[in-house]
Amino acid sequence: MVETLGIYRRLVGSRIRSQLQYRLSFALTVTGNLLLSGLDFAAILVLFGQVDALGDWTVGEVALLYGISCVSFALTDLAVGQLDQLPRMIREGEFDQILVRPLGSLLQVICADVALRHLGRLTQGAVVLLVAVAYVDVTWTASRIAMLLVAIVAGAAIFAGIWVAFSSIAFWLIDSQEVCNAFTYGGNYTAQYPVNIYGRWLRRLVLFVVPVAFVSYFPALYVLDKPDPLGLPEALQFASPAVALITGAAAWLVWRTAVRRYRSVGS
Amino acid sequence: MARLAHRRSTLPKRGLVIELDGVEKTFTLRVKSGRVRRERREVRAVDGISFRVDPGELIGYVGPNGAGKSTTVKMLTGILVPSAGRISVAGLDPSRQRIKLARRIGVVFGQRVQLWWDLPLRDSFELLRHIYRVPENRWRANFDRFTEVLELGPFLETPVRQLSLGQRMRGELTAAMLHDPEILFLDEPTIGLDVVAKARVREFLAEVNRDQGVTVLLTTHDLADIERLSSRLLIIDHGRVIHDGTIERLIADYGEERTLVVDLQEPAEPLEVDGARVVRVEGPRQWLRFRRDELTAARLAAAVAERAPLVDLTVEEPDIEDVVRRIYAEG
Repeated sequence: MVETLGIYRRLVGSRIRSQLQYRLSFALTVTGNLLLSGLDFAAILVLFGQVDALGDWTVGEVALLYGISCVSFALTDLAVGQLDQLPRMIREGEFDQILVRPLGSLLQVICADVALRHLGRLTQGAVVLLVAVAYVDVTWTASRIAMLLVAIVAGAAIFAGIWVAFSSIAFWLIDSQEVCNAFTYGGNYTAQYPVNIYGRWLRRLVLFVVPVAFVSYFPALYVLDKPDPLGLPEALQFASPAVALITGAAAWLVWRTAVRRYRSVGS
Repeated sequence: MARLAHRRSTLPKRGLVIELDGVEKTFTLRVKSGRVRRERREVRAVDGISFRVDPGELIGYVGPNGAGKSTTVKMLTGILVPSAGRISVAGLDPSRQRIKLARRIGVVFGQRVQLWWDLPLRDSFELLRHIYRVPENRWRANFDRFTEVLELGPFLETPVRQLSLGQRMRGELTAAMLHDPEILFLDEPTIGLDVVAKARVREFLAEVNRDQGVTVLLTTHDLADIERLSSRLLIIDHGRVIHDGTIERLIADYGEERTLVVDLQEPAEPLEVDGARVVRVEGPRQWLRFRRDELTAARLAAAVAERAPLVDLTVEEPDIEDVVRRIYAEG
């Protein structure tokens, strides 16, 4: 494990060095990413210019949902965002070389690069989260702060699981990127809003299939000490770490099955 | 005695490094058959291959495009999971024990880059040291040796993307050998290289095979690789092994035809000589193929000279390429 981390550090380190070589270009990309992801939040503000509450949630409360989801997702994106390159790696046969090295295949795909531009999203999410934390009417006890941190870590793990599982589709379908995006980036958008505003089917989806409700919605209910508009069991508010573990395990199984389906390319 | 021999054959084969037993690989393709309808079609890339390799052998694995060469190598290295049959490499099941196997084999794909595109060669080698957990002193010794043998010195600090194909291939060979693999798999290692670079690659392979006892299995299009390198030749076509033996044996079995190339004074109709047939005409130059047991080159040359004024001539010995081409045609 320590050695694996060492290799991760080395692989990623060389990528970081090469990105930092061009400082201006780096600064511009990060800023661009920051502004781009800020647009999501602008949409929420525009929405609240018209209404006072969204399914019982005030603007500050939705900002909290947004902040948790955005920070979690940015962390995931930094760590495993390279999975977006998987279809290309498969199409061009680059995955062959991954399979002849004595390291886990998933680790190698993830380490192939690191997109530091996602630091922009991370910064923007963190700013919104801090503002929301200051804005909402909550007494910040240790347990609430702890829940917030747990939510972010568990949320990142849930997003990572979703990312791995849905990226694996690429082993069956070559043009699968859009399907995968629908669940990864789509999952992030969905988690930025309260789950109770969604219709029945979408609600079920984010509870059971792509469990992003556990990224922001349930932890936020606890933090805000808010009665669940859906009336679901209170225990679910503490379930995020367990859901993260289950999602991770399921994703790992999907990945293993998928890799055995790898067909390589001609030649 | 007979009983003893029988018993011996049922003992587990010790020391075999590669063993394939009825290995198959089928791909399912979806072929359009109408506007929306798609038919599933099964393609057998490898159709029941069995062979065994002893430690220290150097094996040439040849076949036309699409014969299943690469697919076999990919199954042997754990990239592809076979559809049927059994594979053992260094005593391991490649697809199930991929990571364990990866430490003990070296792999070079002539048409892929395995080095890090943006990194200088030296950094790539350094990364590989960690990935393969090669002890520092072992790595240093190998690095120094291959740098010298393959003359990597002048471009060690150049990013891989700026290397020429020949330089890159030398880098790839080093990368595949730094962790002291027992078996080296190479898929088209000389493809696209110029004559000098090809020769260098061959020399290197011969050397690691001879001096370090590394078992080498290479696929190639270029039969000159095989002529220079390997004593054992496996020919595969339509996913099946159709020849397994030495090159001498192959030529003896199939290569009884020689070719006389004649340059006439001026272009002529294909010549008609008993016992020979014209296989190619290019302006005033004609190629006549004849069997060595029916005709001598001198007699044929004389017969040609009777029919048309002759400027020059050469005799081409059966080249392994022709032999293989004929085997494909017959197989």
